[in-house]
Amino acid sequence: MSLDTNTNVVNKNEEFKPLIVAFCCNWCSYAGADLAGTSRLKYPANIKIIRVPCSCRVNINFVLRAFQNGADGVVIAGCHPGDCHYSTGNYHTRRRFSLITNLTEYIGVEKERFKVDWISAAEGNKFATVMNDILEDVYKLGPNKKLRDARWKI
Amino acid sequence: MRKIGVFVCWCGSNIAATVDVKQVVEEAKKMPGVAYAADYQYMCSEIGQNMMKEVIDKHNLDRVVVAACSPRMHENTFRRAAEEAGINPYLVEIANIREQCSWVHKDKEAGTEKAIALTRAAVAKVTLNSELVPGEIDVVKKALIIGGGIAGIQSALDIADAGYKVDIVEKTPSIGGKMAQLDKTFPTLDCSACILTPKMVDAAKHPNITLHTYSEVEKISGYVGNFNVQIKKKARYVDMDKCTGCRICTEKCPSKKAKSEFEEGLKNRGAVYIPFAQAVPNVPVIDTDECIKLKTGKCGLCEKLCPSNAIKFDDKDEIITEEYGAIVVASGYDIIDLNKFGEYQYDHPDVITSLEFERITNAAGPTNGKFLRPSDGEKPKKVVFIQCVGSRDKTERGKSYCSKICCMYTAKHSMLIKEKYPDIEAYVFYIDVRTPGKNFDEFQRRAVEKYGVQYIKGMVGKIFPEGKKLMVHGVDTMSGETLVIDADMVVLAAATKAKSDAIDLKRKLNISTDINNFFTEAHPKLRPVETASAGIYLAGACQGPKDIPETVAQSSAAAAKVIGLLNKSKLVNNPCVSAVDESLCSGCLACTEMCPYDAISYKNIEIDDHGKKIKKVVADVNEALCHGCGGCTVTCRPGAIDLKGFTNKQILAEVDAICH
Repeated sequence: MSLDTNTNVVNKNEEFKPLIVAFCCNWCSYAGADLAGTSRLKYPANIKIIRVPCSCRVNINFVLRAFQNGADGVVIAGCHPGDCHYSTGNYHTRRRFSLITNLTEYIGVEKERFKVDWISAAEGNKFATVMNDILEDVYKLGPNKKLRDARWKI
Repeated sequence: MRKIGVFVCWCGSNIAATVDVKQVVEEAKKMPGVAYAADYQYMCSEIGQNMMKEVIDKHNLDRVVVAACSPRMHENTFRRAAEEAGINPYLVEIANIREQCSWVHKDKEAGTEKAIALTRAAVAKVTLNSELVPGEIDVVKKALIIGGGIAGIQSALDIADAGYKVDIVEKTPSIGGKMAQLDKTFPTLDCSACILTPKMVDAAKHPNITLHTYSEVEKISGYVGNFNVQIKKKARYVDMDKCTGCRICTEKCPSKKAKSEFEEGLKNRGAVYIPFAQAVPNVPVIDTDECIKLKTGKCGLCEKLCPSNAIKFDDKDEIITEEYGAIVVASGYDIIDLNKFGEYQYDHPDVITSLEFERITNAAGPTNGKFLRPSDGEKPKKVVFIQCVGSRDKTERGKSYCSKICCMYTAKHSMLIKEKYPDIEAYVFYIDVRTPGKNFDEFQRRAVEKYGVQYIKGMVGKIFPEGKKLMVHGVDTMSGETLVIDADMVVLAAATKAKSDAIDLKRKLNISTDINNFFTEAHPKLRPVETASAGIYLAGACQGPKDIPETVAQSSAAAAKVIGLLNKSKLVNNPCVSAVDESLCSGCLACTEMCPYDAISYKNIEIDDHGKKIKKVVADVNEALCHGCGGCTVTCRPGAIDLKGFTNKQILAEVDAICH
């Protein structure tokens, strides 16, 4: 039965529970996540947030470590350019973004799994949208297997 | 081994309804280092905090994780409680299982799983936390007020009365702001100038207040308690000390082409001018774009006529630097540009804004208070008011929010007309009438019931000028009929908007704005006058549309906050700052380039390298200047700089725990 294969694909997708690690700056994006919360905007529970003072605090090592430990997607979210609580922090994030994207792609992790976006404290809606979007991309790609350390989570 | 206590909050049903709190506790007990875990209905309540303190004491806990609401809400509460129980406050971490979990995920199983993951991350982080002690910083006992409208004046007077020095920086030549332009104020119909100008004089005469009019904030650096501000005092071309305010210069100035800003362009002014009769300071300014002498070198009549030799054409912009402990932003609002609202024919002289109306009806205004049409100076017979011009308008040309003050001032305007000229017919087109305020609804009803102003629920589609008339085509949605009113004048209640230079100011101050460019408060309910930046407060309509009573209340509130701050002899510093591991530092100083606060410099040290003394250069962090963004930690190639409270190890531990 040809339908069987289809069902299998769906089942596989249903079994796949992606994990997205989101690094959020304390002043804008973390507050944006709070606003999404207080506004009761739904987004999937696969998104797990780590609070950092500024998006520029996110070291490339943190991103690689997340992928290595089985994260299927990583988001760095900060204040809009020009609005950084620390004046210029997110400009550094922006530059590192292209660097990290190129590096992750080079080592075999699809570039769609890594995202940098700007979410202000007033943008609860945008927070939910950005998180839903990356999750959708990750669903399309399936689990991250390339960088995943086989020793992790035995 | 650490002895970590985990406290899971129900937040009533806010958390408990979608997260299995008991299960979180059970899982927490299994996490490494956790010695105690419990749940409670309201952890932030006094009973909850006391319970936490008792448990810390009884079980000898050395670290605490609270799984509750956002740390932006109650981190300080729990840190304080821990401190009272004898634990360093920085050994407390929050797992945000309300905003990030129970409120956004419906599925209880998924929510519980996530809550456990977030708690695990917090436990992993707190395991690596170290005791941090805040440093102390001095406070400069002086406040800066940006903006000299009613908000700035009120804040300044309150702070000055408490005994602290205050500087007001006002962009225009006089303080007074928008309120000075108004004729009457709602809902009491007080004469605006009569209640404002004495305050303006009080501010000017107050021994603790210094006015910097015709001045702008150029650059702001520093931090709470120690702001370093450069103020540009624009060249006035008039010596403020010598000028007696006799106004010979303003009367004789041959250049009369400039539109008076104060009169909303309804009257011309000279190149040398005092914005309005009661201006404070009562000293003219020369407009460089209009002055014949400054443009061509000819004229100089004012200089020749001035009896006190106060005119100085060689005046230059001056930049002064001042230190402040606190800043109040009271920069006010603007009204939107009506060019995009072609259907209302704002370019027609008899279609005016409400602010222009204020000037026309003002006894000191261009018509000496007579209500006359700008086009031909005739008395109108029918006046149409259109509300919500650009307010509650989701299209690109308007503003999605309610401008809040228009319903009331339109009622006021219609009443003022009917009071002076009962024979004039007044119509108001409205979407909704919004009058929530003390005596506000009564006021609006008075316009309808006592003065017979005709309120029409509906919008105006288009205005067609026909001869001397303005044909206003609208709809009465109550009867469903289309209406045409042959009006002589139309008054548009244009939406309020943030000042066009709000973005510029926000960048200078490092504070945030909302999507409409109004400045954002730290918390909409609990910290309505503070910004997220310590020591910077908000007053008045720069935060959002506000009427005068609200503005004054908020200004006094901001002043109270400033007084509370300036009253402290020392402030505690954020201890989450960068620290250099000198043994790892290679002295490349890439971090100094990255630091936005110039908090990192270098120093020469001598180290012992296998018995050999070696001199080397290492980075040196000034903890008072460091804001703790942590950018330097990423820039550092040898990994010698780390950020206390958010160390590499702590964040990696969180990553590991989340990916568990």
